[in-house]
Amino acid sequence: MAEIQNYTMNFGPQHPAAHGVLRLVLELDGEVIQKADPHVGLLHRATEKLAESKPFSQSIGYMDRLDYVSMMCNEHGYVMAIEKLLGVTVPQRAQYIRVMFDEITRILNHLMWLGAHGLDIGAMTMFLYCFREREDLMDCYEAVSGTRMHATYYRPGGVYRDLPETMPKYQESKFRSKKEINRLNAARDGSLLDFIEAFTDKFPGCVDEYETLLTDNRIWKQRTVNIAVVSPDRAMQLGFSGPMLRGSGVEWDLRKKQPYETYDQVDFDIPVGVNGDCYDRYLVRVEEMRQSNRIIKQCIDWLRENPGSVMADDHKIVAPSRVEMKDDMESLIHHFKLFTEGYCVPAGEAYAAIEHPKGEFGVYIVSDGANKPYRVKIRAPGFAHISAMSEMVEGHMLADVVAVIGTQDIVFGEVDR
Amino acid sequence: MTDRYETLAARIDERFGAQMTRVASSCGELTFVVDKDDLHEVATALRNDGEFGFEMLMDVCGVDYLSYGSDEWTTSSATGTGFSRGVEREPVILDEADEFDAERFAVVYHLLSLHHNLRLRLRVYTGTNNPPVVKSVVDIWNGANWFEREAFDLYGILFEGHPDLRRILTDYGFIGHPFRKDFPLIGNVEVSYDPEKGRVAYKPVSIEPRTLVPRVIRDDNRYSADLKGATDG
Repeated sequence: MAEIQNYTMNFGPQHPAAHGVLRLVLELDGEVIQKADPHVGLLHRATEKLAESKPFSQSIGYMDRLDYVSMMCNEHGYVMAIEKLLGVTVPQRAQYIRVMFDEITRILNHLMWLGAHGLDIGAMTMFLYCFREREDLMDCYEAVSGTRMHATYYRPGGVYRDLPETMPKYQESKFRSKKEINRLNAARDGSLLDFIEAFTDKFPGCVDEYETLLTDNRIWKQRTVNIAVVSPDRAMQLGFSGPMLRGSGVEWDLRKKQPYETYDQVDFDIPVGVNGDCYDRYLVRVEEMRQSNRIIKQCIDWLRENPGSVMADDHKIVAPSRVEMKDDMESLIHHFKLFTEGYCVPAGEAYAAIEHPKGEFGVYIVSDGANKPYRVKIRAPGFAHISAMSEMVEGHMLADVVAVIGTQDIVFGEVDR
Repeated sequence: MTDRYETLAARIDERFGAQMTRVASSCGELTFVVDKDDLHEVATALRNDGEFGFEMLMDVCGVDYLSYGSDEWTTSSATGTGFSRGVEREPVILDEADEFDAERFAVVYHLLSLHHNLRLRLRVYTGTNNPPVVKSVVDIWNGANWFEREAFDLYGILFEGHPDLRRILTDYGFIGHPFRKDFPLIGNVEVSYDPEKGRVAYKPVSIEPRTLVPRVIRDDNRYSADLKGATDG
């Protein structure tokens, strides 16, 4: 009888289901995976080293490019670490704006995940549905920061500017009819808050639509139930966080347990899984979108009633406004100093962790008192998750690899940094 | 610093004594320096003892303290020249030295206890060894695997007992440890397609390093400890 050998297969690095540039070396016994060896680092840009060569405030933009589907949350971690070192207090309005945009970002991230995960394992429609809603949230980013993705909106001491009173509108063109333009601009007559409120009113209905398509779908369940089961103990051993940890039934959410900004003043629930399989993680993330929607609603109510400053009043750290700068000698000096040399951060070290859509996103900064960080370390949640890839796919079929990549919600911007 | 952290610090002090030395923190975080020979024992106790219960290791990272506290532009007196952007390319210093400064490399561990809702940072200096060696904690926290591989790749710190210590983030066949402070930001080599060889080939880097903003350290009285209380009131 012929001797049967395992064979090795290369997956990626350019593969549509790899969510970026992941190379997997798979050892297969027939169609069953014996071992998976992920090769990462193909998108390594040395963000941390680059941040060490620039003044503190110039690296905020790099943070957007880490996990490029949840931009503002990355900024949040970095900015919070600097604020911790500087000892700056952020005005409450800015805190609420940050909470609101963190949750908008969470929905953005989960929609991207749901669309891509669905597409990977056979639900084409999900992708189109999710991107439909993502478009509205991208418009929120654009209205508030000027860019749809890499916002650089959070700054040490607050946020770049207050929420705008008008929303940008679609212009008439030969490609769009008047009727179409009116439909697109329907919710854009008021302020940004009105636009977000209109979104939060319709969004639970959209989530119902996604659930109608997937939650009881026979094919969806066949592809996800009992796939890549992780026990709570293993999840903790492997350093999982976020939905990956909660999907395994561990009730842990930094927003509740170690509240930052104003998360202790808003009402929301933490969804927790039972079996720790791909299906539970799907349910957790879908419920998180509903909870995020709830938080956004509460933030809108608070922000409507409480106008105020969105930046700390400390011109040693925060640049003065353009008008002040042109008018006042001292402001001009501050402006010049802040945009050339930057500010010096007192010596010390700080670790700031936030509940990123993917898990615990931590930024560890060591400062030696200079205007540039001495060491920046970004603790990306995806890095810990993908390191458990081999364990999660072992004994599963080749097709399940794609389901596991999807359920881990991997984005290579943050894994490779 | 909250009371809960003070209690934890007192318990650690009582349990480990001289094995763990507390480091002052400016932002309410608990940091301990652990001797590298004690690391494995301390880490095992911190994870397994119910009173500590640090069941999660969130992060492991290397730090290179080579140029800590040094700046590129000291202005103690008036100067007519200013800071030139065209900083000369410095030769690459390879680690020929047999010994490092004892506090040059450190490995920093961030622990998290879900049960007690506490965080703890451990710092281990690698000592004078070249290459630096620390005992691996993969057998205590399995999640440390890739984090240690990363610290090895970027800083050249070896982890004794690690099951699979390979490079992780840099290219296949990369030479050097890019996050060391004596490794240039622009790197040593660049790649381009070589039409003669018909493949992508490495060449020495052709770009010049530029420092747009010099690194400066300014004394800021607002942050000095003896004045801090006075300005607050």
